[in-house]
Amino acid sequence: MSKSISKIKQVTKEKRQKSVKSPPTVAKRIASVSSESSVAKKTVGIFSSLAPAPESSDHIQLKSQYDLFINGKFVKPLSKIYYDTINPATGKKIASVAKGNEKDIDAAVKSANKAFESWSKTAPKERAKYIYRIARMIQERAREFAVIETMNGGKSIRESRDIDVPLAANHFFYYAGWADKLEYAFPNRNPKPIGVAGQIIPWNFPLLMAAWKLAPALATGNTVVLKPAESTPLTALKLAEIIQESGLPDGVVNIVTGFGDCGAALVNHPQINKIAFTGSTPVGKYIQKAIAGTNKKVTLELGGKAANIIFEDAPIDQAVEGIVNGIFFNQGHVCCAGSRLFIQENVAEKVIKKLKERMKTLIVGDPMDKNTDIGAVNSKEQLNKINHYIKLGQKEGAEIFQTDCAIPSNGFFCKPTLFIGTSQSHRIVQEEIFGPVLTIQTFRTIEEVIEKANNIPYGLSAGVWTDKGSKIFNLTTKLKAGVIWANTYNKFDPTSPFGGYKESGFGREGGVHGLLPYIKF
Amino acid sequence: MNKSWISPTVDQVGVEERVARFNTRSIKKESKMQGMLLALNMIDLTTLEGKDTAGKVKQMCYKALHLADDIEGLPTVAAVCVYSNHVKTAKKALQGSSVKIASVATAFPSGNSSRKIKLEDVKIAVTNGADEVDMVISRGEFLAGNYNFVFDEIAAIKEACGSARLKVILETGELSTLDNVRKASDIAIHAGADFIKTSTGKIQPAATMPVTLVMLQAIKDYYDETGIMIGMKPAGGISTSKQALQYLVMLYETLGEKWMTNEWFRFGASSLANDILLQLGKEKMGVYYSSDYISKD
Repeated sequence: MSKSISKIKQVTKEKRQKSVKSPPTVAKRIASVSSESSVAKKTVGIFSSLAPAPESSDHIQLKSQYDLFINGKFVKPLSKIYYDTINPATGKKIASVAKGNEKDIDAAVKSANKAFESWSKTAPKERAKYIYRIARMIQERAREFAVIETMNGGKSIRESRDIDVPLAANHFFYYAGWADKLEYAFPNRNPKPIGVAGQIIPWNFPLLMAAWKLAPALATGNTVVLKPAESTPLTALKLAEIIQESGLPDGVVNIVTGFGDCGAALVNHPQINKIAFTGSTPVGKYIQKAIAGTNKKVTLELGGKAANIIFEDAPIDQAVEGIVNGIFFNQGHVCCAGSRLFIQENVAEKVIKKLKERMKTLIVGDPMDKNTDIGAVNSKEQLNKINHYIKLGQKEGAEIFQTDCAIPSNGFFCKPTLFIGTSQSHRIVQEEIFGPVLTIQTFRTIEEVIEKANNIPYGLSAGVWTDKGSKIFNLTTKLKAGVIWANTYNKFDPTSPFGGYKESGFGREGGVHGLLPYIKF
Repeated sequence: MNKSWISPTVDQVGVEERVARFNTRSIKKESKMQGMLLALNMIDLTTLEGKDTAGKVKQMCYKALHLADDIEGLPTVAAVCVYSNHVKTAKKALQGSSVKIASVATAFPSGNSSRKIKLEDVKIAVTNGADEVDMVISRGEFLAGNYNFVFDEIAAIKEACGSARLKVILETGELSTLDNVRKASDIAIHAGADFIKTSTGKIQPAATMPVTLVMLQAIKDYYDETGIMIGMKPAGGISTSKQALQYLVMLYETLGEKWMTNEWFRFGASSLANDILLQLGKEKMGVYYSSDYISKD
C-alpha cells in the first residue's frame, strides 16, 4: 500500500489512541456498559470450561471375551491364554482377548490357503458385492465402531467419528469398485491374485489400517490372515463379526490377535505369499531379513519424521491450523505426522506466537467427550517413550513450551508440547517420537530447507505452506517423501496412494497403486 | 513501508476447514444457556427498510427493552440499528436505558454518493444522537484498486463521528474473495474503524462464518501489533441460536475471553432474538412454545 496511506494511518492511529484514552465520555460509556450488563459478567468463562458433552456408550455391544476368527468361526486359541485389553483413558480393562500363537497362525494360514482356491476364481463382480456389503455394514454401525475405537485406542471421539470410521468404509467402497475393473487398471497385462496375504497392522488407526489392508487384498482376489496390534484389537474383532454376517466365504479373512511372536509366526509361515506391514522401522527391518531368499512379496509402511515447511508468503493463520493438525492429530501417533516444523526465519516469531495461542484452545482430556481435541496416549509404554523424549529435549537445551491445560490424573495423557530453537543435531529432531511433540527449526532459503528436510533416514511425508504454486511444484520434486501436502496436512483419501521413501518403507496403499502389491501378471 | 501493512494471504480451503472444526464443538446445558443469553445481549436489533416509519421504530425499541417479560433475568439487546432519519425517534423511545442507538449512514447500502453527502449523513446521525455509526465502504473503488480512496473516506468519516463509535461495513458479499475481505478489513481497521462489520443485509451472501473468521484474524493481528481492540459485527443471515453459538465459539477460540461482551461483538440480526427466546422458553418449559408466544415487533 502506498505512502499516503501510511501517513494517514499514523495520524488516525494517534487520533484513535487519544480518543480511547482521553475523552471521559468514551470511558464512561464503557464503564456504564459493563456495570449494567450483568450478562456480560456472568458469561465470562462460558467457553473456557465447556459443559461436558460425553458420547454415550450404551448402544455398543462388547463381549467380555474375544476369540480368534479363523475359517469363518470364532475359535478359542490353542494355548487357551487370554490377555486384557484396556481403555488407555482410564487404565481399566474392557475385555479379554485371545492370545494367538504359532499354531493358531498355522490354522489361519491353512484356512486362507484353502479358501484361496475358490475365492480367486469367484467372479470379480461377486467379490465386489461382498466388499460393498462390508462397507455398508461399517456405515450402518459407524457410531458403535467410533465409540469402541475411542475406548480401546484413546483417540478423541471427534476423530474416530469424523475420520477413522468414515474413511475405513470409504476404502472398502473404493476397492469394491476396482474388483471387476482390474483389467482396465492394468490393460493387456492379465492381473492375477497372489495367494495368501499376511497383514500386520499398528495400534494408531486400528480399524482404518485393517480397511487399508483388507480392501485391496479382497478386491484383487487374495485371501488374508490379519494380525491386529496387541493393544487395540477390538475394532478389528468387531469387523470380524461384520465379515461373518456379510456371508463372505469362510477362510477368506482370518483375524488372529496376539503379540510379537504371533506376528513373527505369520511372517515366517511358508504358505504366506505376501506380507503387508505397517509399524515401526525396526520391525520392518526384521521382516525384510526374515523373508530374504523366499518368494514372498512385501510392502512396508514404517516410521516417519516429516518436515512441515512454512514459507514467509504462507497463509499464516491457516498454516498454524495445519501445524496443529499435523502434529496433534491422534495425539501425534501418526507415522506421517508433521513432527519437524521449519519456519522461514522472518516469520518465525509471528508463527510461534500464533501457534502457542492456538494450542491454548486445544482441549485435552476424556476422549469420549465430543469437545476433546487431544485424547489419551495409546499405552503406558508409549507415554513413557514420549516422556523420555520430552526430558531428553530439555536436557539437550531446547526451549520447551506446554500449555497449562488440565489433564486427567488417571489414564495416559500428554500435554501438547513444542521444542523451540532446535537444530538438525538435536536427537529429538532426528528420532521419531510418535507423540504430541513438535520440534521447531528456522531456515533462510529454499535450498537450505530442502537439504534439512531430506537430511533424515525417513521419507514418508512432508508439508509445504506458500501462496506460490511454482514454489510448491519446485519442492515436491526435490523433497524425498512419499506424500507431500501443499497448504494442508494429514489429508487422506482412498483414491490417493500413500507410502514412503528410504527407511519409511516401500510400496503404496490406496488408489490404483494400492492394487499393485496384491497382483501378479 | 511498514511490514505489517501487507495483508497476509488467506487460504479459503483452510478457512473453511477451521470453521467446520468450530461447528463440531458441542455446546450443552449451562454453556448453552449462558451462550444464548450472551448472544441475546449482543444483538443489534435492526430495521432498515424503505417502508420504515416512526411507528415501526418505536415498536422495535419497546421490544429491544422488553424481549420477553415473562422470562426472568433476560438482558436487553445491545443496540437498535436504524436509518439516520429515525435516530431521534429511537432516542426518545430508549431514553434512560443502556440500549445503544446505531445509525447506518454514508448512502447506505450502496455507498454510491459523494464524500460531501456521506459526511452530511453521518453528521445528521450523530447530531440526532446516534451512539454508533454503521458506514459502508465504497466497494466500487475498492475493487478498482483505489485503496487510498477507501482508506481516506473511512478516516474522514471517523473524524466526523466524534465520540460515536464507527462500524465499517465491508459488504463482503460483493468483495468476492477472502483475500479481499482480509485486505478490506486491514484498511478499515487502520483507517480508524472501531468495529468492522460484514454486511448490509441487502446483498447475498451476507455474514458467513469463513468471512467472519478472516475478519476476526485481522482484528487479532492488529491487536497483537498495537494492543488496540477492534469490535466485530457479523450481520445478516444469522437467524438461529445454534448459528449464534457457533459464532461465539469461533469468537472465543480466535480472540478469546476479552471479546466476549457486547462492547466488542455484535450480531446484526432481526429474527435471531426470537429464535433465542424460543430456545430459552424450551429450556424453561421443557417443550417448545408455539412461536405465537413470542412477540414479532
